[in-house]
Amino acid sequence: MAVVAPPSTDDRVTHRSVTATLLSRPEIGALLGVIIIAVIFLAAAPAFRSVDNIGTILYGSSTIGLMAVPVALLMIGGEFDLSAGVAVTTSGLAAALLSWNFGLNVWLGVFLALLISLAIGAFNGWLLHATGLPSFLVTLGTFFVLQGVNLAVTRLVTGGVSSNTISDMQGWNSAKAVFASSLKIGPVDLSITVLYWVLFTIVGGYLLLRTRAGNWIFAAGGDAAAARAVGVPVTRTKVLLFMGVGFGAWLTGMHMLFNYNNVQSGAGIGNEFIYIIAAVIGGCLLSGGYGSVVGASLGALIFGMTQLGISYAGWNPDWFKTFLGAMLLFACVANVYVKKKADQR
Amino acid sequence: MEQMNSQDASVTEPMLKVEGISKRFGGVQALQDVDLQVDTGEHVALVGDNGAGKSTLVKILTGAEHADDGSFWFAGEERHFRSPLEARRHGIETVYQTLALADHLDVVANLFLGRERYLLRLGPFSVLNRAAMKTEARALLERTGVQIPDLGAMIMGMSGGQRQGVAIARAAGWGSKMIVLDEPTAALGVQETAKVEEIIHTLKDQGVTVLMVSHNLRQVFDLVDTIWVLRHGRMVGARKAAEVRPQEIVSMITGADDASGLEFA
Ligand SMILES: Nc1ncnc2c1ncn2[C@@H]1O[C@H](COP(=O)(O)OP(=O)(O)OP(=O)(O)O)[C@@H](O)[C@H]1O
Ligand SMILES: [Mg+2]
Repeated sequence: MAVVAPPSTDDRVTHRSVTATLLSRPEIGALLGVIIIAVIFLAAAPAFRSVDNIGTILYGSSTIGLMAVPVALLMIGGEFDLSAGVAVTTSGLAAALLSWNFGLNVWLGVFLALLISLAIGAFNGWLLHATGLPSFLVTLGTFFVLQGVNLAVTRLVTGGVSSNTISDMQGWNSAKAVFASSLKIGPVDLSITVLYWVLFTIVGGYLLLRTRAGNWIFAAGGDAAAARAVGVPVTRTKVLLFMGVGFGAWLTGMHMLFNYNNVQSGAGIGNEFIYIIAAVIGGCLLSGGYGSVVGASLGALIFGMTQLGISYAGWNPDWFKTFLGAMLLFACVANVYVKKKADQR
Repeated sequence: MEQMNSQDASVTEPMLKVEGISKRFGGVQALQDVDLQVDTGEHVALVGDNGAGKSTLVKILTGAEHADDGSFWFAGEERHFRSPLEARRHGIETVYQTLALADHLDVVANLFLGRERYLLRLGPFSVLNRAAMKTEARALLERTGVQIPDLGAMIMGMSGGQRQGVAIARAAGWGSKMIVLDEPTAALGVQETAKVEEIIHTLKDQGVTVLMVSHNLRQVFDLVDTIWVLRHGRMVGARKAAEVRPQEIVSMITGADDASGLEFA
């Protein structure tokens, strides 16, 4: 057999068309969704057109987006976290109950809540590794455990179903400024959570597409055994992703606490699915290995727009969840369709 | 490169020397007192019928399984690899039949997975030096003769031949001492098989040591210097590809004393 001549590996020659590249991005379905939903509500709901309401819509989106970003990263890394919704409540309760019960400076409670949230994430990741069970089961377990802990510990400490108000305690005002203030930009009242959300999206997107961690997340989520064989520390990557969700839960939990002055111990149940829906609308595959942080944030925006759009349009809000479910199915079908089209080019 | 005589090991130190390896799985004696030697720069084929123990031997050498008995020396040192990662650190790269590629990463990211180049080192937040990796990747693919038109394309949409090419290029790329290929073309079509064979040929010209498992005798005779034959977990013997007739290898594989009547397919 003859020795091969050095082949031409100049990849400029056969670059795919710009449209094909654009259409093959995972977030394309979510972007179309945002445009369609915006057009629908701009037409149907006069209040949607008012500039003042932009702040409200973005606020609703941000409380989902803060969690959708780390949940999307986790899903790209191949895992689920069904405990993400109640973990937010756990974090808020931890800060409130610890501060109140031990008469701590509120900031100390906030810090302890951060440790607890990160520990819950690390525990989920470790349990996944130690048991070899799918994350669906492991986090279903922690979901129920935390749900019970939230109710039981709150009743033990306060005798009721919500945390005592700690707004008269040391550090409250400065903590409220950090976690639950709002800024006036022109006519728009912007909650600080919107800033955090944008920051999360930028950092998360950068992490995924430009850093070593991003490559490892894709590799671990796509084929864990293959990733391990080439030296990717799969377990560590996944544990850190769960801790990322813990961090998001902490920030969201702190906002809930300082915004509403107390935390309801039964809150947060069901939100884990909203986060997952946002991530899936944003192009994340349930099987892992594929997805987008920006897409997940667009998914959160769709959620925020729909939630408020329905009430601004004067439609019966009972239909909200139905609408959301239909959106999910539509977005998934659109994602698959667009992907197929892009691959054919 | 001139071929070393495998009986003449005292002249040059062999890259790999295996002595008396045995492995049992429950009731199956997968390997029994197996010897093997691969010289530096040599291309060696391991052949044998289904279940002869080829994959088991390869797995032991690359740290994926552990021998019950026996030992081996790699690059002059006795080794007991506990994991594929450890084998890899010592310079044995393996391309498995189930290719270890990340489907949703592009060619460059796959070539550098686990040994990325950085602009800035910040632990997990380390920023990748994509330009440098792309340039290096292009040079690497050129060197190994792997043809990939678009380095930015995801592995997902690639042909089996291209995938196998990327996997072999990755194995060949990083100063590894020996590349182990377990049935590198078993799942490929005729043209893709030819491409991968060209790539393996290119490795020979560069002096890269290769140990490959194959069922394809035509391929084995085309590509390697020495053929080792396993039968029912025992090493039947080794022959120089240039000095043996295919019929003799067939009879070693099947255990038939008389190979007359067997046609070389
Ligand atoms: N993990 C295992 N558990 C039990 N038996 C095993 C295991 N791995 C291999 N074996 C047995 O060991 C023997 C050798 O298997 P091996 O996979 O090494 O064969 P092979 O030569 O690679 O065959 P093939 O050409 O079909 O790939 C077979 O009888 C097989 O069933
Ligand atoms: Mg085999």
